[in-house]
Amino acid sequence: MRGALTVLAIAPGVTVQDEGRPGWLMQGLSRGGAADRLALAEGAALLGQSPTCAAFEMVGAGGRFRAERPLRIALTGAEMDARIDGRALRWTASHRMEPGDVLEIGGARRGSYGYLHVGGGLDTAVELGSRAAHLTCRIGRRVAAGDSYATRPDPDPEGRAQVLAVEDRLSGGTLRLVPGPQTDLFPEPVRAGLETLTFRRLPRASRQGVPLGALGGEAGLDGAAGLTVVSDLVQPGDVQVLGDGTPMVLGPECQTTGGYPRLGRVHPADLPRALQAPPGADLRFAWITPAEALRLEAARRAATSDLPFRLSPLVRHPSEVPDLLTRQLIGGVVSGHPDHHPLDPEPDSR
Amino acid sequence: MTDPASPWLRFDDLVLDGALVRFGDRVDDAANRAAVAYAEAVRAEALPGVEEVAIGPVSVLVRVDPLAPARAVTLARLRDLLAARDWHRAAPPPGRRLWTVPASFEGDDAPQLAEAAALAGCSVAEAIAALTAEPLRVLSLGFAPGQPYLGTLPEAWNLPRQAGLTPQVPAGAITVAVRQIVLFANPSPTGWRQVGRCGFRLYRPGAADPFPLRPGDFVRFKPVAPAALAEAEARPDGGASCEAAP
Repeated sequence: MRGALTVLAIAPGVTVQDEGRPGWLMQGLSRGGAADRLALAEGAALLGQSPTCAAFEMVGAGGRFRAERPLRIALTGAEMDARIDGRALRWTASHRMEPGDVLEIGGARRGSYGYLHVGGGLDTAVELGSRAAHLTCRIGRRVAAGDSYATRPDPDPEGRAQVLAVEDRLSGGTLRLVPGPQTDLFPEPVRAGLETLTFRRLPRASRQGVPLGALGGEAGLDGAAGLTVVSDLVQPGDVQVLGDGTPMVLGPECQTTGGYPRLGRVHPADLPRALQAPPGADLRFAWITPAEALRLEAARRAATSDLPFRLSPLVRHPSEVPDLLTRQLIGGVVSGHPDHHPLDPEPDSR
Repeated sequence: MTDPASPWLRFDDLVLDGALVRFGDRVDDAANRAAVAYAEAVRAEALPGVEEVAIGPVSVLVRVDPLAPARAVTLARLRDLLAARDWHRAAPPPGRRLWTVPASFEGDDAPQLAEAAALAGCSVAEAIAALTAEPLRVLSLGFAPGQPYLGTLPEAWNLPRQAGLTPQVPAGAITVAVRQIVLFANPSPTGWRQVGRCGFRLYRPGAADPFPLRPGDFVRFKPVAPAALAEAEARPDGGASCEAAP
């Protein structure tokens, strides 16, 4: 079957991602999936579909994609320059593509991982319950020019374009850190001093992890260098301290076991911030208590479930529309669909 | 928990991620056996809120949904279960399997066998005998999906890793260091020395049981000539056979 979307050109490092495949730690396979899981949920909300839908994850830059049939898309995560036939597109918003439309996604302006979602989600082969490429484990492959992608049925093909206001998580900031089973291995001055340090995301960050360098002559975690521990199970969000004192926030494609001591775990609410930090962004750590971690997790889940209720219709200024005469301005009315997106709240329901 | 008369043992509430139970502070056969036995007991309990029971080299991670209503009850039960027995001396759980895997220890299949044998202080023939005499336990899986760490070899095989990396060993490479064998799932660079090769597939996409090996299983390499290995590789499972472990 002919695909819904053809890849005309592609930046390196674009893969298909979803929520990953938990449950195989013991077999040596880390969860994988989207580096910014919140961006995945945002795309799903914008398109009124399940957050299990697969999307393109674009590292630093996107590519050119041609629609082969009418298609809804959403753009989330790292903000990239996006245009359809020259017309600039709003980020963290959903849009419509007509057959033959070419979507061009350039370099990231803020953040590292951008996402291109399609109505229904990408319909690629499922392996161990997920469509996510896990290149470290040789599952899936990079997206290549010439690829054609089919989509699953769009739950709302006539759904109107939406926009979502999101809090900034693309420029570094503070990562809340939960103490773990090896936190006590670190000398007290290291633990206490951690919050006073500013780190910079090092260039070699990847989906396996984000290494951090201490800023401007600060000793960083030198006091923690050289600690050795028995190899143990590790997971995304764990902060390992490497032999030279460099902290490394583990990403979705991390190893499943690691022999470096772990300072703690970055709270899942802040993991997107850690992974999205662009090269050179500043990051800090702040300890939180177990009780705070649980409250924050409840809040994180509530905010994720609430995303569909925070959408607002995308209104384009007439000057952004290249040729009003070719547009069917009243299409939404004549199709008989309700004026509101099914997941839209009443205007005063919040 | 830290009674000096008892074996090394730690139970940690991970808050967001259930519990981590550690049975040793170094890689150790008894701690590994304890982890395998405890994990099997936890699995058998089918406790509410448990999302995954994973075995590390000397630890068990029980992932529990942090917001599951039963979380506190489940963690209390995990502690009780830990205290109920001396897991370091527990009988191995049932259901373990013994895999017999044809392997070649000659020529291009064993480029560093002579070097490894010299380091272990024995002849090549003695080395092959030492590596194949006894079934080896699957201590843990990692580095690549389904890839086993097998052990524990006699003390003579406490070989350091090479100073440099071998640029690439093939899938199926049998490599040795630190009293263990790693059987490679994929072509990979490594600091371990390649002493043999087999055709056993460690990850089978689409299979009902995609990762054939589990911690606690046994693997015994059966030496065959390179030509016989080529023949074995044409068969399912690279000619490996599987039976219930004694």
